[in-house]
Amino acid sequence: MATQAETQTTRRDFLYVATGAVAAVGVGAVAWPLINQLNPDASTLALATIRFNLDGIEVGQSVTILWRGLPVFVRHRTEEEIETARETPLSELKDPQTDAARVKEGHAEWLVMIANCTHLGCIPVGESGEYDGWFCPCHGSVYDTSGRIRRGPAPTNLVVPPYEFLTDSMIEIG
Amino acid sequence: MDFPTPKNLNYFWTFGAILVMCLGIQIITGIVLAMHYTPNIAMAFDSVEHIRRDVNGGRIIQAVHAVGASMFFAALYIHIFRGLYFGSYKAPREILWILGVIIFILTMATAFMGYILPWGQMSFWGATVITNIFSAVPIVGESLQVLLRGGFAVGNPTLNRFFSLHYLLPFIIAAVVALHIWALHVPGNNNPIGVEVKSKRDTVPFHPYYTMKDMFAMVVFLIPFAWFVFFAPDILGHPDNYIQANSQVTPEHIVPEWYLLPFYTILRAIDFNVLFIDSKLGGVIAMAGSMLLLVVLPWLDRSPVRSGNFRPLFRWFYWLFVINFIGLTYLGAQPAEGIYTLLAKICVAYYFIYFLVILPLLSRIETPKPLPTSISESVLKKAHA
Ligand code: HEM
Ligand code: FES
Repeated sequence: MATQAETQTTRRDFLYVATGAVAAVGVGAVAWPLINQLNPDASTLALATIRFNLDGIEVGQSVTILWRGLPVFVRHRTEEEIETARETPLSELKDPQTDAARVKEGHAEWLVMIANCTHLGCIPVGESGEYDGWFCPCHGSVYDTSGRIRRGPAPTNLVVPPYEFLTDSMIEIG
Repeated sequence: MDFPTPKNLNYFWTFGAILVMCLGIQIITGIVLAMHYTPNIAMAFDSVEHIRRDVNGGRIIQAVHAVGASMFFAALYIHIFRGLYFGSYKAPREILWILGVIIFILTMATAFMGYILPWGQMSFWGATVITNIFSAVPIVGESLQVLLRGGFAVGNPTLNRFFSLHYLLPFIIAAVVALHIWALHVPGNNNPIGVEVKSKRDTVPFHPYYTMKDMFAMVVFLIPFAWFVFFAPDILGHPDNYIQANSQVTPEHIVPEWYLLPFYTILRAIDFNVLFIDSKLGGVIAMAGSMLLLVVLPWLDRSPVRSGNFRPLFRWFYWLFVINFIGLTYLGAQPAEGIYTLLAKICVAYYFIYFLVILPLLSRIETPKPLPTSISESVLKKAHA
């Protein structure tokens, strides 16, 4: 009789587990808002989409704009830069990606990229480095004219943010 | 105060007390600075200048806090290297040692966050680079980074939370220091010959012998401290940090504070992929590993002899390790190009080989010199020599 009572699940066992479960959910429910408050707030998220007019950026010129607090390069590439980027064999790349995949169709002259080095986030210097693209002074990452990583500690190509051409001279980022 | 302490402790044993003093100085000057500082990206830079120019005595108080951080680390490094040489990490002091490593890591975190507060160029870019480290974590990296920054880039939310944490962490450090000292009082001090206390004849009461010796050492330590504060308060900082933060321009060359340089070198020395681990994650693993190695050190060095004085082979590798560590510091301040990247790889390799290969191997092959039978014996012999 006694052994039977031990092996069977009793009301009391159920109450123990149920209490424990409620306590765990309760702790979680209190902890989550305390952690989530660290996430970007509404005012930060409100800047998530921006429009930018490309008129007035000459061939060979770059500008840096801000999107979600991040600097973004907008570069009007020269024919020569586009050619070298296209001719680079994928086998030479650390993070293989064609030049076409990094620009919008029919707008190969415009390169739009988040300006933070994919290593640790410094801003690379334009028109420099061995590949005449970008050179990051922080730890020596070298990018080509398509913003692809060629040498140094950065693991991936400069990030192309989500964007679209609204007209030929107006883009919307985000 | 009735703490029997080995009678042969040398001046390297005064740095524990010096560190307690340093922590006290940082906490007191920090609380004062917080009364005048404004943690907002529009005002932080100016509020620090306001402290330095307008607040009564602010020039000195701010300098004591800034120089104090450097002096704190100078003392920490001496304290740690003392432990490495005299084998203070060995049984029965493993807990004491591990608590020390925790203090070291917490202190680095605190100092890093403190350096963000003046909101200069180095503050901003240092914060950017270090928070980016977290994006190397597989899968959750990006979200973790955004969570830490409170935005997609380092900005006002980041500054606010770092201020909050910079205020909090020293009190946590103080709590761990209390545990550290408690853990010291259980086995008692190690000593320069590494032979445990055997009888009352080996010890002297802590007070007045070591209270006075510690106080004398504190005064000596305060001399260079005061020199920096009064004559060169900015010499240990970087000129770029007197330019207000600008999220669109990276300084020519980002360098952390000198005391973080060795680990910074380790971080960036890994510029190649290893199997499926890319260079960025690899650097982070190496840096974290270099600190975690200290935690497991008591189990890597199995030699029963504690003190380096009696380990003829160990001494060579130890001093090479010290030189190598200075090399890592030097390289962290150099641009990552040319010969420097190669040298950095060599120094990082030696750092790891020392812990992972040399120490375990030495404990097997080395024949130590004969140990004195007791502390008193070694003290008396020295007196007659
Ligand atoms: C805020 C930082 C620290 C404070 C205030 C502190 C304080 C102290 C004090 C008062 C002592 C006793 C006196 C002495 O032997 O010098 C001590 C001993 C010791 N500390 Fe620390 N310490 C700190 C950080 C560290 C760190 C980072 C480590 C190692 C990674 C460490 C390792 C040790 C060891 C192994 C001992 C025992 C050594 C012996 O008695 O031979 N400490 N500490
Ligand atoms: S941040 Fe660009 S190379 Fe490290």
